[in-house]
Amino acid sequence: MSQGTFEDPTVVQEELDILLIGGGMACCGAAYEMMRWADAVKAETGTELKIKLVDKAAMDRSGAVAQGLSAINTYIGSEQDPADYARMVSNDLMGITRDDLAYDLGRNVDDSVHLFEEWGLPIWKTDAEGVRHDGAESLKEGLPLLKDGGKPVRSGKWQIMINGESYKWIVAEAAKKALGLSRIEERIFIVKLINDKNDPSRVAGAVGFSVRTNTIHVYKAKAVLLAAGGCVNLFRPRSVGEGTGRAWYPVWNAGSTYAMAAEAGAEMTMMENRFVPARFKDGYGPVGAWFLLFKAKATNAYGEDYMVKNKEMLNDYPPYGQAAVPASCLRNHLMLKEMKEGRGPIYMDTVTALAKLRETLTPKEVKHLEAEAWEDFLDMCIGQCGIWVGENIEPEKKNSELIPTEPYLLGSHSGCCGIWVSGPTDVGAPTAEEGDYDGVPAHLPRGWNWGYRSMTTVKGLFTAGDGVGASGHKFSSGSHTEGRLASKAMIQYALDNKDWTPELDTPVEQLAAEVYQPVRNFLEQKDYTTAIDINPHYITPKMLQFRLQKIMDEYVAGTSTYYNTNDKMLAVAEEKLGMLKEDSMKMRAKDLHELLRAWENYHRIITAEAHMKHIQFREESRYPGFYYRTDKNFVDEENWHCFVNSIYDKNTKQWTCFKRKHVDLVDKTKLFKAAAH
Amino acid sequence: MPTYVRTDKCDGCKGQDKTACMYICPHDLMALDKDGSQTGHAMKAYNQEPEQCWECYSCVKICPQNAIEVRHYADIVPLGGSVQPLRGSDAIMWTIKFRNGTMKRFKFPIRTTAEGSIDPYGNKPMPKVAELSAPGVFTKEMMGGYRAGRPDELIRRG
Ligand SMILES: Cc1cc2nc3c(=O)[nH]c(=O)nc-3n(C[C@H](O)[C@H](O)[C@H](O)COP(=O)(O)OP(=O)(O)OC[C@H]3O[C@@H](n4cnc5c(N)ncnc54)[C@H](O)[C@@H]3O)c2cc1C
Ligand code: SF4
Ligand code: SF4
Repeated sequence: MSQGTFEDPTVVQEELDILLIGGGMACCGAAYEMMRWADAVKAETGTELKIKLVDKAAMDRSGAVAQGLSAINTYIGSEQDPADYARMVSNDLMGITRDDLAYDLGRNVDDSVHLFEEWGLPIWKTDAEGVRHDGAESLKEGLPLLKDGGKPVRSGKWQIMINGESYKWIVAEAAKKALGLSRIEERIFIVKLINDKNDPSRVAGAVGFSVRTNTIHVYKAKAVLLAAGGCVNLFRPRSVGEGTGRAWYPVWNAGSTYAMAAEAGAEMTMMENRFVPARFKDGYGPVGAWFLLFKAKATNAYGEDYMVKNKEMLNDYPPYGQAAVPASCLRNHLMLKEMKEGRGPIYMDTVTALAKLRETLTPKEVKHLEAEAWEDFLDMCIGQCGIWVGENIEPEKKNSELIPTEPYLLGSHSGCCGIWVSGPTDVGAPTAEEGDYDGVPAHLPRGWNWGYRSMTTVKGLFTAGDGVGASGHKFSSGSHTEGRLASKAMIQYALDNKDWTPELDTPVEQLAAEVYQPVRNFLEQKDYTTAIDINPHYITPKMLQFRLQKIMDEYVAGTSTYYNTNDKMLAVAEEKLGMLKEDSMKMRAKDLHELLRAWENYHRIITAEAHMKHIQFREESRYPGFYYRTDKNFVDEENWHCFVNSIYDKNTKQWTCFKRKHVDLVDKTKLFKAAAH
Repeated sequence: MPTYVRTDKCDGCKGQDKTACMYICPHDLMALDKDGSQTGHAMKAYNQEPEQCWECYSCVKICPQNAIEVRHYADIVPLGGSVQPLRGSDAIMWTIKFRNGTMKRFKFPIRTTAEGSIDPYGNKPMPKVAELSAPGVFTKEMMGGYRAGRPDELIRRG
């Protein structure tokens, strides 16, 4: 292969059976499960399936778990039922989730957690006396593994504590070993999926480029797993200087999953949903362990517990407000009242919490506790420690501020936007014969299963983790599991389509030209002006990103309007986003790094547009505390207890939104206590 | 909150074609200034887009020379503090210095097996292709993690 130059990149083509896009938790799970089945296929039939994984970064530290984590947030355990899990997911997401997907994940997720422990992830344990031991100590003490009945340390009903600095490193090691290095290519950024020439409702491959070598990569594949995470930085972040990079959500997941799926014709779901975590201010360090493990309370500036003070506000949202644990968005809703009425800053009362714990603990236990509090940050949000040391904050002496962040789009944490997928067949999900399908475009499947678990409405295109919509709260372990479930169906699909050969709907030269358009924009126009960044013929990816963030922040319920928008503001946003999308064709790339930024931002625009269109279509405010449509500032169970789904037409560049009926597969009434009127 | 590279410590990973920090940064921020044209320091690494740094410390932890440190964002954090790790094979040590001089040290385990020792399928069963469409994962029978669930909870299953 000749080495390309920046002007004239080399084009590499490959034919595969299966392509995995992303190297995060979901793709690592997929790789692990898939290769075993591929081995079985080879042993039984002699056929060797061609499989490849590509990641824009290095698998050892790519995706949301790059930094590590301090807890595994989804572990069912032997004492809880998958149905309880499905109920919790539904309640936190205001009633509109797919029970079939959540339930299936709930039955399988602990398998992955047990594997993590076997591979070397230290998991905290409680001994017979109820004393906590960290993950290494517990092994030395001879406490059993989870698999053998060991008792995890619960920091909540579903979470267990870990020493997770190397979480991703460990999970990636297993995935890399399973695949073998020849099946992995890192630093490949996938720009778009390619449909089949003879059947536009099928995927036939993908195109991307190497961020290192001036090569364009064109993959043909029968089945593709698209699991490239969620989307950050589509809204203006609260920090805009050197600290811009400190969003809560990792800055490298740019909506590639949603944008590429939509452009390939996949049905999207719940793209109006967003996640606005309330976190420690500026560093966005985790609060879960503070609330659940250290029993701290959040207060307004005057020391009032706003969850108690404002609890009447929960009655405005029946039945969701009456759940034993109010949804994350409703907790924000109660906090925002204090902020808007001028009783900020909001604080986490770490001083009182630690003092209370000191009353009952020995000095040794207190020291241990202090280490636990710091480890919570050091394992997953080191930046928060940076703020504490810079501001001389010792949590036993000084309280820390909390704040709701800018919005993020994701499907595996406390959010549920994503792609509409085929679910399991054995849990009572609606079938093709049932339900009313008024308004659902005729070419789309009916029912919640169309043959292959985790397949989108585009044949051969699968997703997992942040990609799967209408089923949040999977987290790291659940995303891994979802990748595993998808991979079995993908192997099946590849076998069922053994004799079919994908044909790309676009010539390879044209694909290559499209991917390098920002480079050409630069080379052709750069000598027109003296200042490299200011040129009427192109826009830098960075300025385009600022423009996107300004539009989304000011018109689509960002932080500057306290998450408020209305029909009129959305109409303005729609027009501005349209022009932005046109201008994105004029992005420049002066090097490969900037080419990466250009395409990331293109993906952000498509994702942002989907978000805006869905909010516009859903004529209510389903997630108070995450966003409000002030012209429809209520939850309307009668008309909007349904999924909002959409499809995008890449030729006309238009979205079509429609409703899909919501059905409960587990009884939700168990969640709610009687209204407190 | 950007990383910075110390000129006295970075050796450009000894001129290998791939430096450790470039290899690992999930956001493609670390670059090697081969000829010194970008920084005035030839064959040393630098953060090419500091305002995009997530401060994940992946590069800090992997640098063989301990040449990478973090100066927390100037637009938010008062000067003078530092948070610096030393990552070993089974544990990580953190040295934390407050602006007021207070120091804290912590050591936490990071893994319980030797790096590179995972044998992914070692003791695992080989599934049968015919089971592809059955629910669950291939390790279902042996990892003790499958939760079948109470049948009466599924209110629509006939
Ligand atoms: C701040 C934060 C804290 C969290 N805390 C916890 C916790 O405490 N406990 C817990 O269990 N879970 C936690 N989670 C959730 C967990 O991290 C996610 O659920 C999980 O990582 C999702 O897996 P994924 O594979 O979908 O995405 P990711 O793991 O994010 O992986 C995405 C992958 O796609 C790659 N990629 C992106 N775009 C492209 C492209 N265009 N081409 C090629 N590759 C691409 C990325 O490099 C990456 O490898 C947290 C998440 C966040 C964001
Ligand atoms: S990893 Fe360290 S020594 Fe190597 S180039 Fe980067 S900063 Fe320099
Ligand atoms: S801290 Fe993380 S984001 Fe920042 S340069 Fe290092 S690896 Fe990249």
